[in-house]
Amino acid sequence: MINILATVLIATGILVLACGVIGILRLPDFYTRMHAAGKTDSLGAVLIVLGFALYNGQSLAPADLLVSLKILFIAVFIFVASPTATHAIMQTAIALGVKPWSRKEEKP
Amino acid sequence: MMQTVMLAGAVAIILLIFPTLYRMIAGPSVFDRIIGGNMIGTKATVLLLFIGVLFENVSMFVDIALAYALLNFIGTLAAAKYFQHRPAEGPQDGGDAKEEARS
Repeated sequence: MINILATVLIATGILVLACGVIGILRLPDFYTRMHAAGKTDSLGAVLIVLGFALYNGQSLAPADLLVSLKILFIAVFIFVASPTATHAIMQTAIALGVKPWSRKEEKP
Repeated sequence: MMQTVMLAGAVAIILLIFPTLYRMIAGPSVFDRIIGGNMIGTKATVLLLFIGVLFENVSMFVDIALAYALLNFIGTLAAAKYFQHRPAEGPQDGGDAKEEARS
């Protein structure tokens, strides 16, 4: 049962990461690419890491539970750090004056 | 059963790294390269957990994954800070492939 739940979590996380990769390949601008990358990266990684924490802690031995706690700490850290890094890069781009993409500039 | 799932997940993560690597190499501006590196680092953190389960040695690989996540965050912040203080070299138009960053 826990195996099935962990498999579903890991598969959902990989699907979200794949959506982020499609977004980073297809979108026209740096800001839109950042929009795709920042959200899907944090959500997908946190889903996969939660699946690992469930799968590793199912034996309920104290050592395995400790390792699961460490895996959950990775999840918390990714959930805090990934939006912070995205915000820092975005602030640097705004400070350097990168203009957002718009449809009017493409048509001469 | 679960070994097959973990192997498939690891192969899927490795296959997802390659398009991100393309964006990192061919990205028009330097910020695309930074965000590509950030995404590859996050995927590598997850991939280390997959490798730990596949080798049945999770308690060691969890520490490596945690250190990798920390280093990825610090590296991205350092790159963002570094390019904030070099205003002349950055690209002025984020979506235009003609005006590439020169370094």
